[in-house]
Amino acid sequence: MSKRYEMVIGLEVHVELDTKTKIFCACSTKFGGAPNTHTCPVCMGMPGALPVLNKQVVEHALAVGLATNCRIDQYCKFDRKNYFYPDNPQNYQISQLYQPICRDGYVEIETEEGKKQIGIHEIHMEEDAGKLIHDQWEERSFVDYNRSGVPLIEIVSEPDMRSAEEAVAYLEKLRMIIQYLGASDCKLQEGSMRADVNLSVREAGTEELGTRTEMKNLNSFKAITRAIQGERERQIDILESGGKVVQETRRWDDVKGTSRAMRSKEDAQDYRYFPDPDLVPVEISDAWIERVRAAQPEMREEKLVRYQTEFGLPEYDAKILTSSKHLADLFEAATAICERPKEVSNWLMVEGMRLLKEQEKDADELSFSPENLAKLIRLVEGDVINRTVAKGLFEEIFTSDIDPEQAVEEKGLRMVNDEDALVRAIKEIIASNPQSVQDFKNGKEKAAGFLVGQTMRAMKGKADPGMVNRLVQTLLREA
Amino acid sequence: MSILDQTAVGLGKQIQAGELTAVEAVEASLAQIRAAEDHMNAFVTIDEEGALEQARKIQARIQAGELTSPLAGVPVAIKDNLCIKGMRTTCSSKILYNFVPTYTAEAVLNLEKAGAVILGKTNMDEFAMGSTTETSAFGPTKNPWDLEHVPGGSSGGSCAAVAANACFYALGSDTGGSIRQPSSFCGVTGLKPTYGTVSRYGLIAYGSSLDQIGPIAKDVTDCAAILETIASYDPKDSTSVKREDMDFTSALVDDVKGMRIGIPRGYLSAGLDEEVKAAVLGAVEVLKEKGAVVEEFDLSLVEYAIPAYYVIASAEASSNLARFDGVKYGYRAEAYEGLHDMYKKSRSQGFGPEVKRRIMLGSFVLSSGYYDAYYLKALRTKALIKAAFDQAFASYDVIVSPAAPFTAPKLGASLCDPIKMYLGDIYTISVNLAGLPGLTVPCGLDSKGLPIGLQLIGDRYKEKELIRAGFAFEQSRSYKSPALAKEWEVRGQGPAADRPEKWTGHRKTAGPAGKE
Repeated sequence: MSKRYEMVIGLEVHVELDTKTKIFCACSTKFGGAPNTHTCPVCMGMPGALPVLNKQVVEHALAVGLATNCRIDQYCKFDRKNYFYPDNPQNYQISQLYQPICRDGYVEIETEEGKKQIGIHEIHMEEDAGKLIHDQWEERSFVDYNRSGVPLIEIVSEPDMRSAEEAVAYLEKLRMIIQYLGASDCKLQEGSMRADVNLSVREAGTEELGTRTEMKNLNSFKAITRAIQGERERQIDILESGGKVVQETRRWDDVKGTSRAMRSKEDAQDYRYFPDPDLVPVEISDAWIERVRAAQPEMREEKLVRYQTEFGLPEYDAKILTSSKHLADLFEAATAICERPKEVSNWLMVEGMRLLKEQEKDADELSFSPENLAKLIRLVEGDVINRTVAKGLFEEIFTSDIDPEQAVEEKGLRMVNDEDALVRAIKEIIASNPQSVQDFKNGKEKAAGFLVGQTMRAMKGKADPGMVNRLVQTLLREA
Repeated sequence: MSILDQTAVGLGKQIQAGELTAVEAVEASLAQIRAAEDHMNAFVTIDEEGALEQARKIQARIQAGELTSPLAGVPVAIKDNLCIKGMRTTCSSKILYNFVPTYTAEAVLNLEKAGAVILGKTNMDEFAMGSTTETSAFGPTKNPWDLEHVPGGSSGGSCAAVAANACFYALGSDTGGSIRQPSSFCGVTGLKPTYGTVSRYGLIAYGSSLDQIGPIAKDVTDCAAILETIASYDPKDSTSVKREDMDFTSALVDDVKGMRIGIPRGYLSAGLDEEVKAAVLGAVEVLKEKGAVVEEFDLSLVEYAIPAYYVIASAEASSNLARFDGVKYGYRAEAYEGLHDMYKKSRSQGFGPEVKRRIMLGSFVLSSGYYDAYYLKALRTKALIKAAFDQAFASYDVIVSPAAPFTAPKLGASLCDPIKMYLGDIYTISVNLAGLPGLTVPCGLDSKGLPIGLQLIGDRYKEKELIRAGFAFEQSRSYKSPALAKEWEVRGQGPAADRPEKWTGHRKTAGPAGKE
């Protein structure tokens, strides 16, 4: 490759909002459920049914807009996007084109290259479509409208990103903001956050934008990274061989690591957008904006500072704990119960992170209750169990959220600090290991350690290690 | 006087007084329907069993003192674009030939709560697109005044049924004149309320920003009582308006002293039939004699109303009618290759030519590159027309005009020249564009014996001014009973073979939508 290329990336991110009911009717938004059970004439697009806007959707969109430094359009409208497809019961989607609720915002991201602002072109509200289920054996399809009318916001970035790292950092930042706001759980795998990547390449140093493609079907940050690399190479190969990139929508296949064209610009549909006459314009008062602003929860930046000042945590720890709203919530809840912030932090940071890494899980997937972690910390602090036992119990809490107090009683895990019992046990160990005793007397301090270990094993790990150590030393000198 | 000659409110009073029962009223209506239907074709669905059953129940509740509404026990016919749970609702289209809703339109629910007895569903122009009721997939409705003539449209079935005493009143919908123009052609009284007064929930949309449901009845008193019953603030309709002043019957006062009435000069010029003009001016004289102050004025932008209307209504219709695709309910083509072919064939076979024409027109004006030039321009025109009316209502309480430039044309005369048919909506359309209330009151017959209607237009939320003016005129009208008490010769002929069958089955209260 003789030339140096630069990527220009913009993202369109769909986020399913966390509301009890759908955007235009009172049906439940719950994931799952037998097909077509969370439906009514409105979200089934029956004739004569009319949409009524769910105010909670506006509140969430407002909150996200404010947290991403957007300008709020205090008079916004819904438009119909017309296209025929069976997952779309009215054959139009209610969305916002002409007057979206939020515009011209930005978020700050941090990568190895440093800090950078990524512009947000707009955020608009819209409804999700239903799901098509294709019969594998016969030539037919079924439609499930449970998801039809679930509220979404679409966050459209400016083409400000130049690498996969920046794109992922931007997405992580958005996800964190939205999770902190409680507007969505933002799970890529489950589809509550979906990202389409618009990407073009150009010779480094030039101003003019290249022809872009849009990549769909990206279900994880890893897939997004791979798709960006793959598309970069594909476009550069085309340019290097003298070809032209075609403006089109492509579908990424993460298993094969390649993409294929879905539709080109030529067959792009004319969506015939126009203002939905069934809905009235949304007027957002200053007071409403202020109410949403005032109700905004503590965001990550504030937590980061507070964890260091209030709990005396190192910056590194505070950063990790606040990197996920879920993790921060867990930390704060457990701390509130046991009042040992450093202990809670240590368990989460050391054992928690180790187990997450081992099991290739995300901090958002931590599923144990803060009560059980707090109980565990109290058991250790109260010398009821030793650290070895505690580690084992933490693992069980991590995987199946057990009650550690109950486990200690049921499995008899209390720390043994009965001096008589320990003396008896150590005497037996000394008697059966004459060589070690001899070694110790010859000045090999290590031999004592071996005997401590043997004692702990004989006590099934439950002995108070400090006490065992002291008694072994004493008894060896007596032997 | 026969039961059938009663007005709705008059009948309601007799029923409350125990002089008559709801069952007797329904039986009389059904007998009249049976006699008139073969001539007139005003109904798409007649629910004899359901109506009688309902009448028995309602009569019991009236006797128990539970139902005291003036409409309790009074038989009504409903335009077939209003959904009724368990009763087939077709919009007079093949594409909805088997559609049975699982919900009832809010306006109809309000009637049911008041104890109305529903006789059936009335014929209309397909999806309310037309001014003659000739575009119905169930065949045209004929004007009971002269069966050679159309009843007007799109609520032609409702108006013909009221005119022929086949029901005591009916509900219609009005997007560009669909209540007021056929009321004029059939010699009945029809009221289109201010946009937002009657909930549109359950009304199968044509032009959502223009559609309003309203009463069609024998006189102004009935219209006021019916409107009072069907109007409500409905949280299910975002365009529904919370109003405090919906005691419409309080305006039934024979007093127009000092009422300022304006006549748009342009409405009395070119294209207006001389006999219609004379009858309308005669009605104005009546009001003048009763103390109203009348003057002519210039209402601007009149000539832009029709093009703006057809752009806006068609644009909305092209999107509103997209849901009729053969996927979920309604008509699906029998043979097709894949999804898009199914869409194409179902819609090509399911929709009639006028509906297709408007879907194409609407799709065109919304398409990229034309949106600004047509759709946006039409919206701006709409705003200007509204402003012109606002200006007029600073000087007048009521604006008076003909409801239509001519009396009912002959069957077949309009469809061969759709532009002429569109131009016939000149007096009614701008009222929808401005969201105003409009009332048609019969004001005479032409030399062919066909009815002429006077249109009264009010400012937003000023239905009461219209009711007062209409009521006062009615008291001094030279002929008294505009509705026809005609003796029909029973012919007993079935529907034409190429049309979907009429539905006379019993209303079903269970079972999935879209299946019979």
